[in-house]
Amino acid sequence: MSMDGAEVLSRTVTQDEAAILEAWLASLREGASLQSGRIREAELQTQAKTVFGQLREALEGGLDADGGSFAPLRETLGEISRSRAIQGFTPTDTANFIFALKEPIFESLRRTAGSDASDLAAGIVAVGKMLDRLGLHTMEVFLASREEVIGRQGQEIAELSTPVVRLWDGILALPLIGTLDSARTGVVMENLLQAIVDEEAEIAIIDITGVPTVDTLVAQHLLKTVAAARLMGADCIVSGIRPQIAQTMVHLGVELNVVSKATLADAFAVALKQTGRKVVRQQAAPTVERR
Amino acid sequence: MTISKTETLPVRSGDDVVRVRQRVRALAIEIGLGLVDQTKIVTAASELARNTLDYGKGGDVRAEIVQAGLRKGLRLTFEDQGPGIADIDQAMTDRFTTGGGMGLGLGGAKRLSSEFHIESTPGTGTRVTIARWK
Repeated sequence: MSMDGAEVLSRTVTQDEAAILEAWLASLREGASLQSGRIREAELQTQAKTVFGQLREALEGGLDADGGSFAPLRETLGEISRSRAIQGFTPTDTANFIFALKEPIFESLRRTAGSDASDLAAGIVAVGKMLDRLGLHTMEVFLASREEVIGRQGQEIAELSTPVVRLWDGILALPLIGTLDSARTGVVMENLLQAIVDEEAEIAIIDITGVPTVDTLVAQHLLKTVAAARLMGADCIVSGIRPQIAQTMVHLGVELNVVSKATLADAFAVALKQTGRKVVRQQAAPTVERR
Repeated sequence: MTISKTETLPVRSGDDVVRVRQRVRALAIEIGLGLVDQTKIVTAASELARNTLDYGKGGDVRAEIVQAGLRKGLRLTFEDQGPGIADIDQAMTDRFTTGGGMGLGLGGAKRLSSEFHIESTPGTGTRVTIARWK
């Protein structure tokens, strides 16, 4: 009587464990993951042994790779993919870890099934299905971890890119870098208004040198920030409007009803003047010797 | 007039608007537009892409590099299947807005482009085509 796929597979991986494991490791060694030196051989061996042991145990509970008996194996594979995503492995490398197990098991099935063709076929179908499912699982975890990394970086950029800098007593600068969408404007405005209170600032310079495109939405956000700062009792100066942006804004029809200057240095000079200060050179500039 | 390159970009989220801007800038550089013209077409694209997203409930942008004789240009077509615009003249009027913006997007995009064409059917959608020639 012929057996079903789960039984064939379970028998094979139990009987032929050493041979399959060896062939699997050999194929992993050839793969790029070890060659690139990102992972040590000993680590790879430990991972392979753990996964194989858990696979053997999981198979006793059936073939359903999403089922309860596979839970520990999925957990281990998830951890492996997650660490690989962070170490910078390619998706191919990561998926190949599990897919490289296919051939050794096919080989072994052929050896153990002998002449029983239906056993062999049932086994191969079962392995294919199960390993594909597990491979997809590793990919899902891999992508989820990458997305986590990207999401975290996005947050870090949003926080890092909106610093409020104190230039002098009562003079703040807010260098804006990147795209100014509604979410970031919220952060910018909050930071600026809080800094105006903390520093008792009279003047805030908003520098947009690092904003690549100023369209009507950005202009509107800028004007709202300026209006909010005015309500807090601080005057705003917008600096860093590049020539091409000035032309574009004129064509757009946007009017920035604020004091604006071409560079942050000019804006700082205006701010000093408005607060009754002046920068004076104490010594004459050193003359360059000419031959 | 020949079209030497066509790309279609989706406009479904705020991030897509940023991607449209980046792609348009790259294409503008590719056909050799100067810094001012680059900034103009990128800004116009930004306005129209945001309209597609906010008022048209999302759509697509088709970017084409076109050539007429020795002149090269960048043509952008913004298409959505949103509610459409009932009164185009009113929509083109500066300071008119239905969404709380500045009301300068459509008129501004027209002033920033060498060619501007808009057609809209209420209930069916809106298509805006702009071009900037070198």
